Formats: sequence, C-alpha cells, structure tokens
Amino acid sequence: MTIDTETQVNPSADLPEDAHQLTAKLRHAAVEALPPQKLMPDRQPAYVASWIYVFGILTVSALAVVILTGIVLAIFGPNWWHVSTVGLFFNSLHLWSVEVFFFCMVVHLWGKFFMAAWRGRRRATWVSGVIAFVISVATAFTGYLSQQNFDSQWISTQAKDGINSTGAGAIMNVTNFGQMIMWHIVLLPLVVGILVGGHILLVRLRGVVPPFAPPDQLAIEVKQGVPADTAATAASEVQA
Amino acid sequence: MSAATHSATADRKRRFRPDRDVEEWHGKYYPYDLIKEGIIAFIVVLIVVVGLAVIFSSPDDKPVTVKSWSTANPVDFAQTAITELDGTSGTATYGPPYNSTTGSSQSIGPISPESWFGVHHPIDTANDYVIDPLQTLPNTPEVQAAVTEYKSASADQQASWTAAYEKAVANATYSNGVLTVPKGDYGPVGTMIAGLTSMARSGALDGALLSSRQFYGTDYTKPLLFIADGQYLANLGAADHLGGDQWGMMNETGNWPGQAWLWLYTMWYQVPPFKTSANADFQVWAVMMFLTLLLALVPFIPGLRSIPRWTRVYRLIWRQHYKDLAPSGPLGKGAESDRGP
Amino acid sequence: MQTLSAVMVHVVGSLINLDHPGHYINWGFIQISVANLTVIILMVIVFILAILIPFHRPGGGGDR
Repeated sequence: MTIDTETQVNPSADLPEDAHQLTAKLRHAAVEALPPQKLMPDRQPAYVASWIYVFGILTVSALAVVILTGIVLAIFGPNWWHVSTVGLFFNSLHLWSVEVFFFCMVVHLWGKFFMAAWRGRRRATWVSGVIAFVISVATAFTGYLSQQNFDSQWISTQAKDGINSTGAGAIMNVTNFGQMIMWHIVLLPLVVGILVGGHILLVRLRGVVPPFAPPDQLAIEVKQGVPADTAATAASEVQA
Repeated sequence: MSAATHSATADRKRRFRPDRDVEEWHGKYYPYDLIKEGIIAFIVVLIVVVGLAVIFSSPDDKPVTVKSWSTANPVDFAQTAITELDGTSGTATYGPPYNSTTGSSQSIGPISPESWFGVHHPIDTANDYVIDPLQTLPNTPEVQAAVTEYKSASADQQASWTAAYEKAVANATYSNGVLTVPKGDYGPVGTMIAGLTSMARSGALDGALLSSRQFYGTDYTKPLLFIADGQYLANLGAADHLGGDQWGMMNETGNWPGQAWLWLYTMWYQVPPFKTSANADFQVWAVMMFLTLLLALVPFIPGLRSIPRWTRVYRLIWRQHYKDLAPSGPLGKGAESDRGP
Repeated sequence: MQTLSAVMVHVVGSLINLDHPGHYINWGFIQISVANLTVIILMVIVFILAILIPFHRPGGGGDR
C-alpha cells in the first residue's frame, strides 16, 4: 500500500500563503524582528563577562518566586496566613522574595546605568525598565495594603493622604481592602508581566549593549562626533 | 570621503554621541546558555528566599479594632467620637474625596486635583459614626431618647451641646465600665457618647460600621478613618517608628526590613519646606513624579546621560573586554574576529 | 494535618525573632532601621563584588 503524502499528511500545503492577511503580516514582522536564533540565542558577545550581567535574570527569578508564592496564597485565600503556620511560612516566602526582587532590581539598575545601557537604540529598554520599577513599587504597595493586619491599617490610613492629594484617591481607595487586593493580584501583576516581558524582548531585539570604546578611541568619538572605527578608517585613508 | 558617514547607527547624518550611540559589535562571541543560567538563578533565589523565610519569618501585628481601641483607651475613643459628631475630626474636615469641606484640599498654586475630582467616598461623620450606629442598638431607650432629642434640636443648640462636651471630655475618666465626664450643659450628647463607647467596647460598633450598607463588606474605609482620627492608632504607629516624620514610609513593624526603595519618597517629608507644609503630600508627590520622569528620560538628557562615561565605573565592568582589545589580546590588531549569528 | 502542622511549626517558626521593637540609627536628620541599613549596605557590597569578581565565560575565556 502506498501512502499519498502530498495530500493526506499535509492537506493545507497546496494553499498558497496569503501575505495580505493581518495574521501573516504580523507573523512576518515578528519572525523578521526576532528570528528563533535571536529570540533564544546560544551565544553572547565576548564583552558579556561580568557578574553584574546576572542581576537581570536574578530579578526575573525573584519575580517568579513572588508570583509562585502569591499563587499559593491566592489558592488558600487572604485569611490563611493569619491562622496557619504553613500559611505564615508562605507569607514569609512571599515577603522575602519581594525584598530579594527589589534588591536585585536595584543592583541591576545601577549596573545598567553605569554601562549607559540605553545607547544604540536601547532607550525603550531603559524606559520600560524604569516604568517596570515604578509599577513594581505600586504592586508591592497594594500588597502591603492587603495584609489585613495593623501594618496595612497604618499604611492605608497614612498613604491615603498622599494619594488623595493628587486626586487619585477618587478612584484608588487604599482603605478599600477588596479593591486593593484585586489590584494587587489581578491588575498590577498583569501590567508588571507585560512590562517585564516587553523589556526582555527588547533586550533580545537589540542585544546586550556594547562597551564604550577604549579611552583613546573614546576621546576621538567625543571630539569628532564619529565612531572611532570610522575615524580610524578616515585617518588611515588620509594617510594613504 | 566625509568622516561623517559611518555604519554604526541608523541615523547616518547625525553626530555620533558616545553617550547616546554605540557601534554595534562585530567581534567575537562565546557560547552562553541562557536557559541554564535562568534555571540556576531561579534555584539560587529560591534557596535564599527559603533561607530568609525560615530564619526570619514575617511580621503579623494584630489589627486594631474599634473594640480594642475603646477598650484600651475609652477616653481617647470618647474624645474622638465627639469630634465626629460635631464635625471637627480629621475625617470630618478632610474635604474630598470624603466630604466637601472648603479650603481643605492640598494644592500647588492654582493646581488642586484633589478638589477637582470631588467627593467619591462620602462620609458624614456625625451620622455614619455616631447617630446611625446608635440607632441600631436594641433595648436602649435612654440612648434612643437622647438621639431623638439631639436630632430634633436646632443646629445652634447641637453646636452648643457638642462644644461644651468636647471641652469637658478633655478631662474625662473611665472606671468600672463608666465614662465619667465633668458636669456641664451638653444635653443628650453625654448619653450618646457614653452609649457609643459602650457599643464600641462590646464590638457591635465594628460590625455596624462595616456592614451598614451591605452584608459582604470588603471596604473598610469607614472604620479605618474613625480609628485613624483617634490618638491610639497614632501612638502605636509612632512606637513602631512608622510615623511620617520618622521616615516611617520605609519602615516595617518590629525589626524586619521594610521598603528601603521608598527612601527618597519619605526623605522629603523630613526636610523643609515640606516638613511643615500644609500641602506636603501633593508637593512631595510632584517632586517624586518629576524625579521619576528624570530617571526614565536619562537617555535623552545630555549631561545626565554622560555620568556613566565620566565616572568610568564601566572600565571595571568591561575590563576583560578592554584587555582582549589590547594589541596582545585576542581581539587586538591582527586578531581574527569570530562573527556571531 | 495535625501532625503536619506540628512538624511545620518547628520548620517554619523563625530561628531569629524579629518581633520586638526595632533598632534605629539616628544620624543628623536621617533615621533608619538597622534592618533597612543592612539591606542597603548589602546592596552596595553586592554591586561592588559583582563588578570586581572575575567572571569565567562558558566555552573559554576568563581573566588572562
């Protein structure tokens, strides 16, 4: 018995691609911008040789622990950690993973600043990182408000003044536990996830920022306003 | 040949600025397993977090209730309750979003978004905190009569009673379940506040404040604002270094680390002019929004974006790279470059 | 569940009790908890170490 492979195995193969489709256009754009080798590279430039570079992935890892422990807390409900020692343990995991998250994020921020990591069309990466930082602070804030203990009572009654002063208190009612916990476990994690995901895709898109030129070449760049390579080429051509 | 043409960035005619632009890498690549790195990072973080949780645990100070407050300090409760009735409490005079007290909103010049947005969480302290709860009490003919008398009195009469009581309750005492206030002409107000204090100490006021509009209450605005109007909560906060003038925004109860990343936000409250400003909250928020914007826009701001180049910390970070580029290094002159993908 | 809880109490009860009034350091107008100061100092130390400690590249390399 012979198997007709042309039509039976892949019956859609003879339908030509409809390049005018939104789907096809989006797919083309995505694959062109981030082909698999670029999306999941197995190599990095030689200058990626410092422990400072691991703080991005450490921050993401801490975020993963925050989310995983948050999921467990969500499964058992907001009251669980007050009445169960296992619940208290998961609350502790959640709290300390947040501390580690901000710790690593700030070290990452310092590293990226001193590397001027926005250079070479990487400004969106920097901006998305700062916004992610700010939204993370807001997310942590709503978490502290959701504790249902003295700390959350204090934080809400104090913070309300700051938020009310901006007019945002009309919508964001920090003493409204129901609203704050929904922001904490639904709205803000979604925003953080989108920002962090976009931030990482931007890093893959542009690659890790190359170093400044060595001192003598850097001086030429500053003075002449051209990349050191081009200046060197131009200089050697003039000599020739 | 013009020195201005270059292959680095897409903007061919722009001047190359090393704080904004960079030549893309055409040099050597090394194998680098990102997924493996991610797995190791995750495991390391997990171990650290589990360790911290096992060693230090986390705080859980019990919340204050109207019951615990009025039990611990019934005089403070009574002193707060009268200000809610006569409309002089913090909440009563707050303005938007709780009520429309004029002149209470914070502003910077003519800008006052607090007043623009108006009242969205209305609280009428006299009714919400005193009269309505008292009227839910069963089998309290004296209290109900007092409330009726108060409600049917003129505004001037009510003001006269409450002013007299507020003065007297400053010297109140509490013993054997009885709130004793120096004698004065405050009509039914004394009975009302004493009744409210008993109601609070029984726990009934907590329930009344929360479920006044619906059974499944998740909005604690009313009881929280009432509690925060008193001195009791403020004293607890100050004892834990959580006050606004104690860098409290950064701090956690007990000895746990708090939110160290809020250091700059809370710092402004400790220094003039914010320290004594009536509009401190709005002003500090404006300063922080500006600074956050500055941080986000560093790549666009000349001078600010030059700090990395000037401070030269990058020479430590990339020292291996600069060694490789030296004439004797693998990427120096004459060496072959291993192109990447 | 009872037995599990009993075991967990030993595992999850904190080894170092931080549940007592915090220790604070005053320096001029600055007032900071020992805990927060520790975190901040650790961040600076970790940052410095991250930059200084040699990083050995997979597939060859490292400080020559």
